[in-house]
Amino acid sequence: MAKKKKVKAKKKSSSAKVKDKGIKTAREKMIGQHIGYRYDVNLLPDYDRLTPFLKKYIEHMGWDDLNWLEDVHMGYEDGKPAVFDRNINGWVTTPSNLKLPEDQQDRDMIARELLIKFQMSSNHPLVTLKKAYKKN
Amino acid sequence: MASIKGHKSSEMGLHEEVLTGRTQQVFFNPEESENFVYHDSYEVDFNKRTEIDASNIECLEINSKIKELMSQGYGTIVIKNPGSKHSIGVGILNKLNLIVEGSLGYFGIGSVDGPNVRISGRVGWSCAENMMAGKVVIEKNAGSCFGAAIRGGDLICKGSVGARSGIDMKGGTIIVGGDAGAFTGFMMQRGRIVILGDVGPNLADSLYDGTIFVGGKIKSLGADAVEAEMTDLDVSWLKRKLKVAEIDKKVDFEKMTKIVSGKKLWNYDNLEPAERKGAI
Repeated sequence: MAKKKKVKAKKKSSSAKVKDKGIKTAREKMIGQHIGYRYDVNLLPDYDRLTPFLKKYIEHMGWDDLNWLEDVHMGYEDGKPAVFDRNINGWVTTPSNLKLPEDQQDRDMIARELLIKFQMSSNHPLVTLKKAYKKN
Repeated sequence: MASIKGHKSSEMGLHEEVLTGRTQQVFFNPEESENFVYHDSYEVDFNKRTEIDASNIECLEINSKIKELMSQGYGTIVIKNPGSKHSIGVGILNKLNLIVEGSLGYFGIGSVDGPNVRISGRVGWSCAENMMAGKVVIEKNAGSCFGAAIRGGDLICKGSVGARSGIDMKGGTIIVGGDAGAFTGFMMQRGRIVILGDVGPNLADSLYDGTIFVGGKIKSLGADAVEAEMTDLDVSWLKRKLKVAEIDKKVDFEKMTKIVSGKKLWNYDNLEPAERKGAI
């Protein structure tokens, strides 16, 4: 009996983790959302892990380092890996078939690369918004 | 959605929503082509250089000229005789080398996204306010609210800065070669501030998140600002960043003080009165 109870308890806690990963304190439960960032926003980039794409981007912009991308990290939205795009003020989810590395530094570099591709794309939501609302 | 064409509201600037069919959830497309600039930014060449003499023109005209020159492909623009005029170089959403030979008034280089800016003189209050990306270097001193609410990029003042530098900053890096005034990093939410000199009272008051490194003396810490241990990654990042900032001061990085959030104010309204007193 005791063994069965233990198994049940384990199952419950694992499903709860997926559902409410960030909600822990009484205050968070009360307001129904997580307080604070869900990843280390202060993590400084490890420049040994720069991807070739990011090196090209830095060179193209005439900068010496990652500049604004130092603040970009791979976070989570609705339990899925995602990157926050400040231009649309929302999370952009990674494709489901994209395999991410274990190390957070490597994940952050991929997040930076994906975000540039997304922001500079002609399919970015702001392109449509600009067409509709731009002052002439 | 009912048409609003021909309606008075349309004449006033309200138009039909054209985003129909879009969901709130956005996904990356892994097949996007390599593109390093915004879709509508100007193609500029850093080697194509020109000048603007600002002595007899107002800020609006100066800013329009910068835009016009970028559209002609100029990648390096020198502003001569800026005469401490206000709001110069704002809203540049392009890669560009902007050189200001002289000083700027208040709100200079605000809301920029991408350019490299060098100012040989001083700047007034709220320099590079709301900056998104790029690098701004000020050779002399800056006024108060330096880098207010910046979200990204490197903002460097080789001299000293006034009070409330980095107020409400949400990302990016502010580097100060000299001293900083009171309430530096007030209500800071993210990003990094590096001060090589001394700092005035209430450093990082109501700090939500982010990191502050101080080389000199700290007059006093603000509410919820606490000292943290320097890591190897901090030291290597600081060494790299000061090279980027072109500050060749001799600094003992390991002796710098690192300030982070104590995170007590995160649940401010839930604290007991006694705890609240302690946090403040």
